[in-house]
Amino acid sequence: MQHVSPIREPLVTGGKTYADITEDVCRQVEAKPNMRWMVALGVALVFLGIFLYSVYRTLWFGIGEWGLNKTVGWAWDITNFVWWVGIGHAGTLISAILLLFRQKWRTSINRAAEAMTIFAVICAAMFPVLHMGRPWLAYWVLPLPNTFGSLWVNFNSPLLWDVFAISTYFSVSLVFWYIGLIPDFATIRDRATGPIARRAYALLSFNWTGSAKHWSRYETVSLILAGLATPLVLSVHTIVSMDFATSVIPGWHTTIFPPYFVAGAIFSGFAMVLTLMIITRKTFKLEDYITLEHVESMNKVITLTGSIVGVAYITEFFIAWYSGVEYEQYAFINRATGPYWWAYWSMMTCNVITPQLFWFRSIRRSLTATFIISIFVNIGMWFERFVIIVTSLHRDFLPSSWVMFSPTSIDVGIYVGTIGLFFTLFLLFAKFFPVVNMAEVKSILKSSTGVSHTHNPGASLHGTAPNNSHKHD
Amino acid sequence: MQETIKYWRGVEELNNTPEFQKNAHNEFPEFLPVSEANGGDTSSQVAPRRDFLKLLGFGVAAATLASCEAPVRKAIPYLNKPEEVEPGIPNWYASTYFMGDIYNPILVKTREGRPIKVEGNTLSPITGGGTHSRSQASLLTLYDNNRLKGPTAKGKPTTWQAIDQEIRTRLTGVQGRVVLVSNTIISPSTKAVIRDFGAQFPAFEHVTYDANSASALLRANGGLVPGYDFSKARVIVSIGADFLGSWISPVEYSRQYITNRKVTADKPTMSRHYQFETFMSMTGANADVRVPVKPSEYGAVVAALYNRIAGSTGGAAIQAPTTRVAKQIDAAAKELLASRGAALVVSDSNDPAVQTLVTAINGALGANGTTINTASPSYVRQGDDARMLRLINDMNAGAVGAVIFYGANPAYDHPLSAQVVNGLKKVGVKISFADRVDETAALVDYVCPDNHFLESWNDYEPKRGFLSLAQPTISNIFNTRQAQDSLLKWTGSTADFYTIIQRTWSGIVGGAAGWDKVAHDGVATGTTGANEPTAPVAPMTLAAAAVSINKGGRAAGGNTLELEIYEKVAIGAGQHTNNPWLQEMSDPTTKATWDNYVAISTATAKRLEIEQNDVVRVTANGKSIELPALIQPGQAVDTIAIAIGYGRTHAGQAGNNVGANVYPLVSVAGDSLQFANTVSITKVGADKPIAQTQTHHTVMGRIVVQENTLANYQKDPKSVTEYIKIATPDGPQKPQAISLWQDYEYKNHHWGMVIDLNSCIGCGTCTISCQVENNVPVVGKQEVLNRREMHWLRIDRYYSSDSTREDGGFEKMENPSENPSVIFQPMLCQHCNHAPCETVCPVAATMHSTEGINQMVYNRCVGTRYCANNCPYKVRRFNWFNYANNEKFDYQMNNDLGKMVLNPDVTVRSRGVMEKCSFCVQRIQYGKLEAKKESRRPVDGEIVTACAQACPTNAIIFGDMLDPNSQVSQILNREKGERAFHVLEELNTQPNVTYLTKIRNQA
Repeated sequence: MQHVSPIREPLVTGGKTYADITEDVCRQVEAKPNMRWMVALGVALVFLGIFLYSVYRTLWFGIGEWGLNKTVGWAWDITNFVWWVGIGHAGTLISAILLLFRQKWRTSINRAAEAMTIFAVICAAMFPVLHMGRPWLAYWVLPLPNTFGSLWVNFNSPLLWDVFAISTYFSVSLVFWYIGLIPDFATIRDRATGPIARRAYALLSFNWTGSAKHWSRYETVSLILAGLATPLVLSVHTIVSMDFATSVIPGWHTTIFPPYFVAGAIFSGFAMVLTLMIITRKTFKLEDYITLEHVESMNKVITLTGSIVGVAYITEFFIAWYSGVEYEQYAFINRATGPYWWAYWSMMTCNVITPQLFWFRSIRRSLTATFIISIFVNIGMWFERFVIIVTSLHRDFLPSSWVMFSPTSIDVGIYVGTIGLFFTLFLLFAKFFPVVNMAEVKSILKSSTGVSHTHNPGASLHGTAPNNSHKHD
Repeated sequence: MQETIKYWRGVEELNNTPEFQKNAHNEFPEFLPVSEANGGDTSSQVAPRRDFLKLLGFGVAAATLASCEAPVRKAIPYLNKPEEVEPGIPNWYASTYFMGDIYNPILVKTREGRPIKVEGNTLSPITGGGTHSRSQASLLTLYDNNRLKGPTAKGKPTTWQAIDQEIRTRLTGVQGRVVLVSNTIISPSTKAVIRDFGAQFPAFEHVTYDANSASALLRANGGLVPGYDFSKARVIVSIGADFLGSWISPVEYSRQYITNRKVTADKPTMSRHYQFETFMSMTGANADVRVPVKPSEYGAVVAALYNRIAGSTGGAAIQAPTTRVAKQIDAAAKELLASRGAALVVSDSNDPAVQTLVTAINGALGANGTTINTASPSYVRQGDDARMLRLINDMNAGAVGAVIFYGANPAYDHPLSAQVVNGLKKVGVKISFADRVDETAALVDYVCPDNHFLESWNDYEPKRGFLSLAQPTISNIFNTRQAQDSLLKWTGSTADFYTIIQRTWSGIVGGAAGWDKVAHDGVATGTTGANEPTAPVAPMTLAAAAVSINKGGRAAGGNTLELEIYEKVAIGAGQHTNNPWLQEMSDPTTKATWDNYVAISTATAKRLEIEQNDVVRVTANGKSIELPALIQPGQAVDTIAIAIGYGRTHAGQAGNNVGANVYPLVSVAGDSLQFANTVSITKVGADKPIAQTQTHHTVMGRIVVQENTLANYQKDPKSVTEYIKIATPDGPQKPQAISLWQDYEYKNHHWGMVIDLNSCIGCGTCTISCQVENNVPVVGKQEVLNRREMHWLRIDRYYSSDSTREDGGFEKMENPSENPSVIFQPMLCQHCNHAPCETVCPVAATMHSTEGINQMVYNRCVGTRYCANNCPYKVRRFNWFNYANNEKFDYQMNNDLGKMVLNPDVTVRSRGVMEKCSFCVQRIQYGKLEAKKESRRPVDGEIVTACAQACPTNAIIFGDMLDPNSQVSQILNREKGERAFHVLEELNTQPNVTYLTKIRNQA
């Protein structure tokens, strides 16, 4: 018998059975690509083309193709890098920390969120390589034995820490994601009719048979990886923030950065998950798996992390004033009132004010409002990195070197190009991989299903539908 | 018969079998036996699919490998090594730079037979070891691809033999006067050659004019430039003269000027310098009191000053117009009078009346014999406006039969260039010695390109009693011939110019040994008398001057806009327009590169609603030019200023059509040229960005650069510099005291630099010297606009602001004062002992040497730019593109000739790597090795950086801080706690570059 909590909202609605879950999720993989997906992929490929062209210009002619200058040595490149890394954080948080905390609502969204993590990290990883003056020597940042004598990397450099942080993060996330996919691949393999699909998914599923031993190992590995990934949620963005925090530049040289960056990363990651989920849910008709309950839970996380970020912004100002250091003070006054005031106030509006709307339950549960606010948060978090990087650099210590930065079309091209890359990967994922973790959703079906009495009551074999209307008060 | 001889390809062709005939037109008659190895059937003539793929694969691989091969570049050793050339070891030759503007005895460094660097000749009693940016950069003109490769007749290349014959024939039959037009020539031997050349004609005239004329000054002083000696002056009043930057002899004057500006606790005195001027010149920026006046007010200022002085010295007063700035004039006059015998007044006005009064003032102040060395007047300006104007009339009247241009380019740089062009059409024989087809040479029949001065012998007598020599440092690059040799040929003389020089000098040096010494030293004392004025124009009387000033023909009231035409420090009168180094040198005050512009005062710009970069049309004399506007603090209200030397059409690739030519706006009043005019100005409605290397002009109340007053310094030298303390639980501490870092231990050397802000006049010579020494690329105007200039050493220039943080806040602090005080700060890598750049590089491409130098390892750099971001001084420069061998940057590093200027001791950086000041590590290594060869320690002064060596005022001192006797150690000991400070000391970067607080002698 399925237990239905009188208080909790069900996590899977629509009175689904195990078979329904398999059917609903596999449908996307097995059906012919629909028109909307084709169009979306087409658009994404166009942007990917822009990316490739911009990368060609950068590699062939040099970093001079960008808008950087003698004073602003990083701008859109590292802004985009931090933005993408931040976006990736939600996936790890959902899959690792929520798994350890046994948050069942994570099951239906963790797959897509993890995929998003991996694609975001791929996009992010483009920038540290592309922003190098000589990217063909990028391997020099690895501590490889070499023939240059005792030449070694500089372990003092936060950029080197980044190399380790990002590569660890990417490997762990990838393995975690893939392990989770294996049982589902096996399901698809078993259902596959075509020989190619059969062979492909057989390969992908590593010959999963679903034996008890397999399941036992699967669970163990998942738990270990979750344990490994959990510190990464904190460490990756902490280390990214140290690129700035350990420097001497006013506006960068700030001890508050690690927690503030981690909160910001989760904040932007959840916003991106929401943006994608709301679309996926709609296009792939997964309303019963990704419910308003999920959306609301994530909105609560956004409100919390958004508030942390807001407090951090204000703290920075307070400390700048309290420190009595004129360079610090100027850096922050310049942020709010200098030539880049618009970037600062875009950030403040998008990151601090809009998430506060989620205090209203109706907004929190409104898909349209959530979608719009999630976009705002994405924009705001991009501006946050732009504000930190560009407005701190463009007017630092010696006024003689103060400059303005303006991006070139190549800067813009690479940025929108990575969005194209991201969506290309995501759309391919959504088409060929199961977007919802079938195995895990099935595991919570018994404990947390709501069966709507309006939907095909005959399908409801195991429980009675709680009345939605009486739970609203 | 020849045609019937036939060679067979082989016996097969001879036999001419049908099989041969069949395959005769096949390149490979037999199929390549690829499949044989596999034992396949070779009888088939069709290539099997596998073979095709194999061949394809092999072909692609072979083609790829072949195209991967690096081109072979041969370095050919000497077969017979010249005795004096040692590969890798530089040879030095003494020479002299005087290309019609600045006089500067120099030493030329040559490597493997090519000049690569110019340094000051320390033996020169006139300029010491100082140099000027133009003399530093003159090197590049030698390797200029736009120079003529040989003589041309009517635009067609020809041979020297043919052209000599033709010119001699035509000169023999010439109808009318033969005229040689030149800029000032101070070479006694050249004058002798010209005299001999002229003697063969019934009517010959040598007309001298200078684009930036000093005719009035000469007229008021008997045809000579007075032998100013600023080192003797305790009070200096300059009316418009930019004597530190571009007026008459800036290297000499800077050196003299600074002797009275250096202060120590033992000698806490310095001269007081007043400057009345229109445009904020570099000299004005150094003045203690700077008074902006309109060009038309110069007369009134000088007249008022004269009356005050005359009133106290018993001279006759003249009637003088009233002046707005009476208070400042009174103050100046009072001080001048108090320092009689140690006071000097100079003016760059080309108004004979003004110069007459200035001469009278100097006379009354007892300057003659003290601050003006009457025994040794200067010859470096001899141009006579009146004679040039007469020549232009004569040419138009058809009275001139032949004209020869030597170093002169009147079709470009004369205000009446249109008439010059017209007049030239009526001249029968036209010859030019121009090194390129310049504006004038384009109009002549014969261009006989002169050598570059580094390819030539020459001699100079810049002042009475002082001589110097120029000698070739490289054999002629092109098929050129020294102008003097050409003249000698046309005179029919068999002697060459070298012999003539030796003849001129024989009375001075005496004997072969003496000549050798002179050729070694480059300088000598003695007089030839060749430059004494022959028939100077009678000076104006005081009465006439008074009348002229009171008439005030140009004095205009109200909002009439006045134009002052000035000369830039870098570009000069236009000789250097095609020099990319000078084009990209940022102007000392405006910090602009690659353009001239309309400098306009803040108030006037506001009134006319003109903003920076707005293109405006400036009209005067019925001619107009269009240039972008530059808001210039300190510019007199209702005035604008435009620099000469731009807008050339025949300068060469780098210089053509840069800016606009302002010479046509010079007003021609009677016999003289006035470099000022009343103008009207309208906005065109377009925008043309001016490429400035610095766009933020105030120091924002930060103590990154420190200054104080002389009064405070005299009271307590320890009070003039602010030292920041860091708050700790144990009370305020020096930043160094609370370090998390381990200090480096320096056992052998610890290189350091001291920059005296009191001595730095902001001339920018060091920036060019650094660029030449270290192969710093030129990036062009667009990249400067993109804020990517590559200079390792820059001069930061800050204007004062009226606002403080309490009063107006940061936004108002960004606005310079209407007439700001100016401070210059050379900024280069500070070689921090706790360098922020060193920790952040992921690949350790920048690290600390055992001698305290922050080193950049180009080969290791992957170009993350983290170091540049983390540098608080923003001195690191990134190679955004390949600047060498790149069509987009078509300067000297994109052609083989231009690349000869590169210093072989310094790597040319590729794209994607960071670079910055290295403290000229190649010189340090060289100096240490030289010392090691002689088993001794390097002597102080033996190892000098390029910037320190070039500085005309010794503002930069470099040396070993571990050597207690080195100059740098001694200064640091002396100034510790007084004027010595580190920029951004509170960051605890512990720089090895120390600055000394600027002291102002404010009234």
